Amino acid sequence: MVGAGIVGASCAYALTRAGVRVTVVDRGGVASGTTGAGEGNVLVSDKEPGPELELALRSNTLWRELDAECGGFEWEAKGGLVVAETPEVLDALTAFAASQQGVESAVVDPRDLEPHLAEGLAGGVHYPQDAQVQPMLAAARLLRASGARLVQTAVERFLVSGDRVTGVRTGQGDLYADAVVNAAGTWAGSFAQAPLPIRPRKGFILVTQPFAVPPVRHKVYTAAYVTNVASDAEGLETSGVIESTQAGTVLIGASRQRVGYDTAIDYTVLAKLARQAVGLFPVLADAQVMRAYAGLRPYSPDHLPVIGPDHRLGGLFHACGHEGAGIGLAPATAEMITAQVAGGTPPVDPAPFAPGRFA
Amino acid sequence: MSYDLAVVGAGPAGLTAARVAAKRGLRVALIDGYARTGGQFLRGAAQPRLTGVEVKLGQRVWAVEKSPGGFQVHASATTTAATLLIATGAHDTVLPFPGWDLPGVLTAGGAQALVKGERIRPGAEMVVAGTGPFLLPVAVTLLEAGVRVKEVLEANRPSPLMAAALARNPSKAAEALAYVRRLAAARVPYRTGHAVVAAHGKDSVEGVTVARLTPEWRPYAWRTVDCDTVAVGYGFTPQVDLALQLGCELSGDHVVADDRQRTSVEGVLAAGEVTGVAGAPSAVVEGALAVHSLVGEPPPRLLAEKARLRRFARALERSYPVRDGWRDWLTPDTVVCRCEEVTLRAIDEARDLGAHDPRTLKLLARPGMGWCQGRMCGHAVARLTGHEPAPQKRPFAQPITLADLTLHDREDNA
Ligand SMILES: Cc1cc2nc3c(=O)[nH]c(=O)nc-3n(C[C@H](O)[C@H](O)[C@H](O)COP(=O)(O)OP(=O)(O)OC[C@H]3O[C@@H](n4cnc5c(N)ncnc54)[C@H](O)[C@@H]3O)c2cc1C
Ligand SMILES: Cc1cc2nc3c(=O)[nH]c(=O)nc-3n(C[C@H](O)[C@H](O)[C@H](O)COP(=O)(O)OP(=O)(O)OC[C@H]3O[C@@H](n4cnc5c(N)ncnc54)[C@H](O)[C@@H]3O)c2cc1C
Repeated sequence: MVGAGIVGASCAYALTRAGVRVTVVDRGGVASGTTGAGEGNVLVSDKEPGPELELALRSNTLWRELDAECGGFEWEAKGGLVVAETPEVLDALTAFAASQQGVESAVVDPRDLEPHLAEGLAGGVHYPQDAQVQPMLAAARLLRASGARLVQTAVERFLVSGDRVTGVRTGQGDLYADAVVNAAGTWAGSFAQAPLPIRPRKGFILVTQPFAVPPVRHKVYTAAYVTNVASDAEGLETSGVIESTQAGTVLIGASRQRVGYDTAIDYTVLAKLARQAVGLFPVLADAQVMRAYAGLRPYSPDHLPVIGPDHRLGGLFHACGHEGAGIGLAPATAEMITAQVAGGTPPVDPAPFAPGRFA
Repeated sequence: MSYDLAVVGAGPAGLTAARVAAKRGLRVALIDGYARTGGQFLRGAAQPRLTGVEVKLGQRVWAVEKSPGGFQVHASATTTAATLLIATGAHDTVLPFPGWDLPGVLTAGGAQALVKGERIRPGAEMVVAGTGPFLLPVAVTLLEAGVRVKEVLEANRPSPLMAAALARNPSKAAEALAYVRRLAAARVPYRTGHAVVAAHGKDSVEGVTVARLTPEWRPYAWRTVDCDTVAVGYGFTPQVDLALQLGCELSGDHVVADDRQRTSVEGVLAAGEVTGVAGAPSAVVEGALAVHSLVGEPPPRLLAEKARLRRFARALERSYPVRDGWRDWLTPDTVVCRCEEVTLRAIDEARDLGAHDPRTLKLLARPGMGWCQGRMCGHAVARLTGHEPAPQKRPFAQPITLADLTLHDREDNA
């Protein structure tokens, strides 16, 4: 397993349950990549009907099972609230919600659920299945519970013999395996033996002071988010997703920007996030911001994750490219990979995620 | 208005630089988050005249950014200048111990600031503990404020290195001797190889456990001392946040500056404790040298003086290190991060989960995520994972309200 982010850790957990002996290699240790620089939204609300929604719904069920089996990662089924500023957007949002097969939703007066929301919003849709985990803890707990060995070193290349991958070359020597899973997140495309079109999409998060009782209860975001996620625009997009954590802080995220692997702070972007947060929750105006951080989402050309056997080399599987939804989608990804590596039929059809689709 | 020079920090380094620069005809802004000039040590004790300097007090700088032709310094207002001098000093380094989260436990710098800056007596009966010669002036300041100082505890043993350095620096030796005499006159014991290893009390400090320490700081031979306040300080950590935001090169915990105080980033100067802890006189010399990098040549006398003071500082640093035995003072219930109330047990659990470095530890157990952003616990947390304490990037050097942050949406302002 290359990568100890949420995807690698979830795969290690599912594979060891299926009786596979797993070694995980990560150059930075558990959650040292994007998993340690994002949020922990487990969302079905933002997915348009299609393969990603299916994966998200399956994951939503699996996360609940993982919480019961393993736990210790602040799972909270708090529900999401999507708000619309205008009647037109509310109509679009309601139609979108109705099209999401298998997703529970209800049109609500947003201020019934979130009393501190700004006045004058046209309405909202409540999504009770939306939930939250603490992603770093989730990765660490699942990896620990898997019993897999973690080796902290960089994977330099895949070892190839004929048309099969037989292991990896690491900073600490060669490791041989019957199967190699590439869960290297944003960096998963960079192995010359089996390149993939995975690129970074930068995101910033703002973190406020801790509140004794945070003024935000659900995951709250504007309907504009739905259009941003699927967007192909190069430029900056910000649409506030606001939520509180068990530590009492409020997280405000996230921006989306394609600026390569640069994680430098850009105060203009942070200011936009702040403006949206205060726009939705005027009570946050006086809240102190303590921290901000940037992460790189791994995205593929069609914005779907890349899951399944490599189309060129045997013995190699990919589990990467989850963009802004890797936390939410990790358990169903792991279930799919486990079926493909150890044999079995996954409940979600893997075809739309096949790595060969860009070839 | 754009300035030739913006100085952040009005301690000995920044004050000197601002004054010299104004004298040389530069347009200077001097910015400090505190309500008075003077910095850590002077704490507004004397308010110098600063003719020709735009003094902006009560302005906590949360970020600095490069801008066309210079730099923007963001506080509650933004200042622009062609050159930036970072003179933000250092803050106390503290170590956790059982009970250090009780009201009545202060940092040495905090105790001194209360007396000098706010004219507040921190307690009636106090113990001063930690390491480094600055414990002496702190104890004397407290005595003069009417505090009954019961003991001054230096964790390290007397060092031959320090004795030699003092012999070469008669003025420092005289200063130290004056402090020691003042303590002796007040019958305050100064004990080396001792530390406060626990504080006790119901709602606030009622007493402390004092232990003798092995050379590696492992405690033995405990006794209790009644007091209502403790001041602890284990040296200083340079405040390098602004320099890190601009990408200045660091060495260990401090900013690298050349003999004219130029950092690795063009147009950014650094002087005083940010470039390494060396005391107020050294900060004064460096503040003056920083201006010489802009106008004229540095006088050889200043360069020699700086070299001498830095040598002395290195001897100090090597004589008063933090040694690893402090970990034995902790129990599983000891709070390591006070802001987030993270105990040693929680830290050990996170290490068990795979947190082998400070960043992962922070992600899994939250030490350093709270109000002080790891300034208090950063040293201990790094050591507990077996790492050298290293500065972390802080996009916000100071907290800022969301409302104030919205004002920095440049495209909207344009
Ligand atoms: C700001 C932001 C907010 C987000 N919010 C959410 C959210 O709310 N919900 C959600 O579901 N998702 C969210 N995401 C996305 C989510 O964080 C990612 O999709 C997810 O973390 C990807 O996990 P991963 O395991 O694939 O990658 P990573 O966590 O990046 O793991 C990959 C690992 O591989 C290692 N690695 C890479 N190359 C090598 C190599 N050559 N050798 C050894 N090791 C290597 C890295 O060190 C890394 O640890 C957000 C992302 C960002 C940036
Ligand atoms: C308890 C104690 C006792 C000491 N005793 C002695 C002694 O006896 N002899 C001696 O020589 N030295 C002593 N020192 C050391 C002395 O204080 C320092 O050497 C000296 O103050 C360093 O000067 P400086 O200009 O570098 O920084 P400082 O004096 O620390 O000044 C830095 C200034 O920058 C400001 N600042 C920092 N960050 C920001 C920001 N983001 N925005 C706005 N403003 C900011 C601070 O408010 C502060 O005023 C002692 C220090 C302490 C704490």
